[in-house]
Amino acid sequence: MTLVLSVLEQGLIYSIMAMGVYITYKILDFPDMTVDGSFPMGAAIAAVMISRDMNPLITLPICFAAGVLVGICTGVIHVKLGVRDLLAGIIMFTGLYSVNLRIAGRANLPIYNKVTIFENSLTDTLPAVLAPYHKLIIILVITILVKYVLDWYLRTRSGFLLRAVGDNETIVTAMGVDRGSVKILGLALANGMVCMSGCIFAQQQRYFDISMGTGTVVIGLASVIIGTSLFKNTTFLRATSSVIIGSLIYKACVAVAIRYMDSQDLKLVTAVLFLIILVAGRERKRKVKSNA
Amino acid sequence: MLELQHINKYYNPGTVNELCLFKDFNLTVSDGEFVSVVGSNGSGKTSMLNLICGSIDLDSGKIIFNGDDLTKQKDFIRTRKIGRVYQDPAKGTCPSMTILENLSIADNKGKPFNLKRGLKKHKIDYYKEMLRGLNLGLEDKLYTKVGALSGGQRQTLALLMATMTPIELLILDEHTAALDPKTAEIIMELTDKVVKEKKVTTIMVTHNLRYAVEYGNRLLMMHQGNVILDKKDEEKAGMSTEEILSVFNEISIECGN
Repeated sequence: MTLVLSVLEQGLIYSIMAMGVYITYKILDFPDMTVDGSFPMGAAIAAVMISRDMNPLITLPICFAAGVLVGICTGVIHVKLGVRDLLAGIIMFTGLYSVNLRIAGRANLPIYNKVTIFENSLTDTLPAVLAPYHKLIIILVITILVKYVLDWYLRTRSGFLLRAVGDNETIVTAMGVDRGSVKILGLALANGMVCMSGCIFAQQQRYFDISMGTGTVVIGLASVIIGTSLFKNTTFLRATSSVIIGSLIYKACVAVAIRYMDSQDLKLVTAVLFLIILVAGRERKRKVKSNA
Repeated sequence: MLELQHINKYYNPGTVNELCLFKDFNLTVSDGEFVSVVGSNGSGKTSMLNLICGSIDLDSGKIIFNGDDLTKQKDFIRTRKIGRVYQDPAKGTCPSMTILENLSIADNKGKPFNLKRGLKKHKIDYYKEMLRGLNLGLEDKLYTKVGALSGGQRQTLALLMATMTPIELLILDEHTAALDPKTAEIIMELTDKVVKEKKVTTIMVTHNLRYAVEYGNRLLMMHQGNVILDKKDEEKAGMSTEEILSVFNEISIECGN
């Protein structure tokens, strides 16, 4: 039961990050490595704020704003300075490693016995019978909220342009809009979500660790690819819902795999699982092509 | 009025691969003119369109359009007044978005791209009627992703999108070249209808000499970055495909092609 709860909690937290990766990877067609730096950045900011007894609810918008700034930096490096997308992300996450250390002041910052979004005066009023599910309920509410806001945004005029820029940049220019600005906007939004996801993760885990961002992009990509491939032909699910389910499936797979292995093999399991997902995805595409 | 004044454009200047595209090139297109441009490959037709739209920068010279100096303007600012349809049908539409979403993006051109609803429900009937007029059955595929349409259907949609909002200049870059003859005819008839209805200044680059003769009121032939034939109105009306072809052949012989 604990394992199921843990998978659900972490799967949902990571799904917020995965929705950010969905924006960059699927919508913008931009392999954004920045997330390996913006995810722990959210965790670092949250840990510092909470260790100083600040209101945990404020950590969410502040981390989102910090992520937006990071996304803007990646966007400017790529769009204005002409650095390739992958390299722009690598430059950013390399630099963010030091920035995160500066924010947290050290490589590991625990926040035990502190007021977090999961443990505060408000959650104390919840019925005791729901105590084991406090975290899950709160995470579920936040995830659904983020999903609906993103779905709403993607249906606005601005959201339409964001979708168009990854699809066909020429169209955005033809509409009299600077395609570079639209890309920067997308990266800002995506990294805002990733940073917020890191913020929630730190509060769920009750610590910040400088290495917690390593492999975030792989988890995000795997979730997006699982979700969008599995529900490709489904009309009743929005892409964001598919990504959330993808994230849950991915976390469940990792949890099952790690049960039979050492915890130090976690990253290896992550990498191998991602490879399997990519190869399986290719096989599916090939089959579709040969049937066409 | 569109004026290209003393345009100079070189590719790879100062290298062994230096290529002169335009040397003191001048062209004036009056308001409401429908100009057909023909010429061999590499004669500078598409490059001229790219210079006008700002897709490539010029080395020196000026581009003036309706009194505004476009020379230093960014491409996305110029396109607010310009509609362009490319040879590749994929360039004018967004494949992973539905027909309705594509039309609403085009319909919002010139408006702020803010947080208002991208697709207004009361506009759906208007888009449907617009598509019905094309007789391609697109009105029944409103929620189909554009990537699933045929090249002809996509190009028709691209033309519709490029001319949906008020524009002052329409650029057609071999927009029928990738289509089968029947679809190309449909697109050309639609083009002619749109140009006449909107009375928009139009420059159409084509390799189809019949289209160049039949459509528009001015014909230009380009060769090595220069206009070598310029016929307007009655002069143009009296021209036949054979006459243009003979000029074309003369140039080819001169070039050794």
